[in-house]
Amino acid sequence: MKLLRINTKTRKFSFEEPGPYAGLGGRALTSRMVLKEVPAKCDALGPENKLVIAAGTLTGTACANSGRISVGAKSPLTGGIKESNSGGQFAQKLAKLGIVGIVLEDKPADNAPLMTIVITKDGVTIKDAGDIAGKYTYAAAESLLSAYGDKAALMLIGPAGETTRQAASIQFTDPEGRPARAAGRGGMGAVMGSKRVKAIVLDDAGCGMVKAADPEAFKAASRKWVDILKGHPVTAEGLPAFGTAILVNVINEAGAFPTKNFRGGRFEFVNNISGETIAETIEKRGGKTRHGCHTGCVIQCSQEYRDAAGKYLTSGFEYETIWAMGANSLISDLDHVATLDRTCDELGVDTIEMGCTIAVAMDGGLIPWGDGEAAIALLKKIGTGDAVGDYIGNGAGATGKALGVTRVPVVKNQSLPAYDPRAVKGVGVTYCTTPQGADHTAGYAVCQNILKVGGDVDPKGKDGQIEISKALQIATAAVDAAGLCLFVAFAVLDNADGVPTIADMVAALIGAPFTPDDVVNLGIGVLKDELEFNKAAGFTAADDQLPQFFTDEELPPHNVKWDFTAEEMQAAKVE
Amino acid sequence: MIITLKAFATLQKYMPEHADAYEVPEGTTVQELLDRLGLSDDQVRLVFINGAHVSLQAVIAEGDRLGLFPAVGGG
Repeated sequence: MKLLRINTKTRKFSFEEPGPYAGLGGRALTSRMVLKEVPAKCDALGPENKLVIAAGTLTGTACANSGRISVGAKSPLTGGIKESNSGGQFAQKLAKLGIVGIVLEDKPADNAPLMTIVITKDGVTIKDAGDIAGKYTYAAAESLLSAYGDKAALMLIGPAGETTRQAASIQFTDPEGRPARAAGRGGMGAVMGSKRVKAIVLDDAGCGMVKAADPEAFKAASRKWVDILKGHPVTAEGLPAFGTAILVNVINEAGAFPTKNFRGGRFEFVNNISGETIAETIEKRGGKTRHGCHTGCVIQCSQEYRDAAGKYLTSGFEYETIWAMGANSLISDLDHVATLDRTCDELGVDTIEMGCTIAVAMDGGLIPWGDGEAAIALLKKIGTGDAVGDYIGNGAGATGKALGVTRVPVVKNQSLPAYDPRAVKGVGVTYCTTPQGADHTAGYAVCQNILKVGGDVDPKGKDGQIEISKALQIATAAVDAAGLCLFVAFAVLDNADGVPTIADMVAALIGAPFTPDDVVNLGIGVLKDELEFNKAAGFTAADDQLPQFFTDEELPPHNVKWDFTAEEMQAAKVE
Repeated sequence: MIITLKAFATLQKYMPEHADAYEVPEGTTVQELLDRLGLSDDQVRLVFINGAHVSLQAVIAEGDRLGLFPAVGGG
């Protein structure tokens, strides 16, 4: 495996041995490189920042659900370290090309032409992006795939990234060539845009799968791995049938479904946007309720959502997006919610950040509560040069400041996801203490608090929450380093063979011992790197807290408040 | 007594008629309710009464809102 460094100012590139980074993949590689090579106090949109795009350790092999890509840099949104994770076809093709990571360095002049980078087994070509500059991602992807073949995998930015908006995502194409998968969080699209890279095209023609050092042992472990995933009701039944939106009703029932910018825990029109309703609507319109975001996925939580005329509208239509664009903004029309998802993918902007931003804009009176069409029109201002679009594209924090709204649900300036931390305290501890800024995926304590997977604690109480968040943050960092989809955790947490099987696959791949303890230590190492970067960037314990209104206001229906201090929560961070 | 009954995802098909105003005898437990609905223990992973998790032994009261779920995950 090689590292590919590309200087975006000179357009020169080099392949090199990983050297000090040997053996690291995914988030372990991105976070180590950002810590070692990016000055913590640099301008995230300046030449000193680097965008690191890494395949996981197991990516490119026959291991099921190993096709996740990690994108890391200093975040322009949080000012701290960021690893943003996506599905799609890119990661596996990158690994098959023998590249563990691409590093975009330096930057050209702000008005330099955007570029397209094409990587094949024969080398790297860098050219002006030409007429895809300024285009929405679906049109740009179609144009690139017609030029480079429909088997190519793409990562690209939309107008939000081109104009370096702090909430800009990087979109990745799925097996159908649709840029519906996103490394959404933390403004990685803005970093890519600052380096004037519109798209990276991967063509792995002529490359085989990544080979294991011990093929027989790898085959045995990866077979067992599939059995584990297919043997758990969440990964084998719930997610394939209803997608992640299966959570809408359960989180609403638990009174933890943030409504009207985190004012309530239940949504009056929940049935309009539930996983059950979405599945029914998709079936009625001839879409697909099961879809894998990458080849080799056995969970199939994605879908193909069609509009009322039966035409494709969106995919990767996730619980978080449905909540953000739905309940949190009081939008109850499912087609409006789906159109908002598509609009975010087209612009290349994070759906969670935009959902909270829309609700803040509604709080500020910019558009009416519940008005889906006004929300769509508002998002479309991003990247047009309109000043309103400029602050909307910078997220909830910037929009709150622009409109004088103080009710802004962020930690480290990143918007909270779809679980009210007052009624799911364990995930609140994660929002506060993860180096990533408010992020549910960094330590998904919703499992033990609400879903009763991998343990059982009272979601409204404080007991056990810090320990659970810490353990999950470590496990998640290891999953992200391996390149595995986080949803494998539902099966792994309930199966004593889960972690040993992951360790067995890694051992067989690298041809050296790798134990469950090594998996844990891998996760701890990632978090240590990230915390060290953030400390150098100026973050302190005072940054590990929710906005004041969570402490002051009771959340109905359970009438619970947030009651962890930042000092208490320091115990959730690795030392 | 009258309760509000909600069953979700793969359990939807076990919902009785008039689930919004469903009549059960005083003192009915969650286990007894599942038996009445023809649901086995291993089909039901999560039971909420008024938004709080309860066990199968919990006793249901007049006016309670019950939520029944299979194993679910996502995020």
